[in-house]
Amino acid sequence: MKGIIFFLIGIFFGITMTKSEALSWFRIYEMFRFESFHMYGIIGTAVIFGAIIISLMKIFKVKIAGGGLVTYTPIPLNFKRHIFSGTIFGLGWALVGACPGPMFVLAGNGYFFILVVITGAVLGTYSYGIIKDKLPH
Amino acid sequence: MLDEILYPSWHWAVSGAAIALILFLLTITGRTFGVSTTFKNICGLVGAGKRNDFFKFDYKEDSWRLFFIGGAILGGFLAGVIFPNPYGVSLDYDTMVSLEKFGIIYPDADSFGHGFFPDEYFRWDSLKAWLIAIGGGFLVGFGSRYADGCTSGHAITGLSHFQLPSLITVIGFFIGGLLMTHFFMPYIL
Repeated sequence: MKGIIFFLIGIFFGITMTKSEALSWFRIYEMFRFESFHMYGIIGTAVIFGAIIISLMKIFKVKIAGGGLVTYTPIPLNFKRHIFSGTIFGLGWALVGACPGPMFVLAGNGYFFILVVITGAVLGTYSYGIIKDKLPH
Repeated sequence: MLDEILYPSWHWAVSGAAIALILFLLTITGRTFGVSTTFKNICGLVGAGKRNDFFKFDYKEDSWRLFFIGGAILGGFLAGVIFPNPYGVSLDYDTMVSLEKFGIIYPDADSFGHGFFPDEYFRWDSLKAWLIAIGGGFLVGFGSRYADGCTSGHAITGLSHFQLPSLITVIGFFIGGLLMTHFFMPYIL
């Protein structure tokens, strides 16, 4: 039954990605050309509100499901890995004009060709899993 | 009155606040807002976990994400097909002009007229479109797993937790995006 809660949050996420136009291939292209503030406004607002919400939850020791507190398991700092892996992601993000969340929402919008992109992303994820021990982390 | 709420696109500030609300909802329910892990879960569900523990699908840890993604697809259908914005994306004029040299005419390149995806360019009968989609998707999948997160995991969740690794990763996202848009796309598209 818990699944219903995440299904509902997912619906809200799908509506948000669509109505925010953050799922738009054209909006991503426009963003990387610095020709509109729209995407920067969305990401900036989300991070500012997000940081306030997370900080308040930590300060007031808000109990989350399961009775624990808000925690974050940090990724070990490795400048080269973060820059390099981020750049690989960014190259793909700009080319297909969608990051993972919007890919699924685009499918719901009826743009079924995005399933080819999702297939590519699954193949990329699989390839990483195969060779990850040979990569610097 | 109700039509004015259901159909139009949202202001960027409303959109950003909605994303922060999703972060809150997934945090309070004890989950981490990160979509790219779905690709790893798909690998696990089709059997990749048998040979490699990295892909192992853990029902207790991972099943919520499938409900979330199912909801996201339905949410896209509701917001884009049942209650579509009649006006489409109001794209910047210079952006439109720059797309013309790739043969992407805005807004005709989107057969729905929403300005969401150039499906008249990314056609099922175009080999080039398949290569771009598979290749670009591959980079997104490989990069997000190597980075241990995508836009939701790093740019939203990581930055909201003031994580330096996430900030460096997001800078990487933009280095890659700018390189692709300004240097490689003119040769690829």
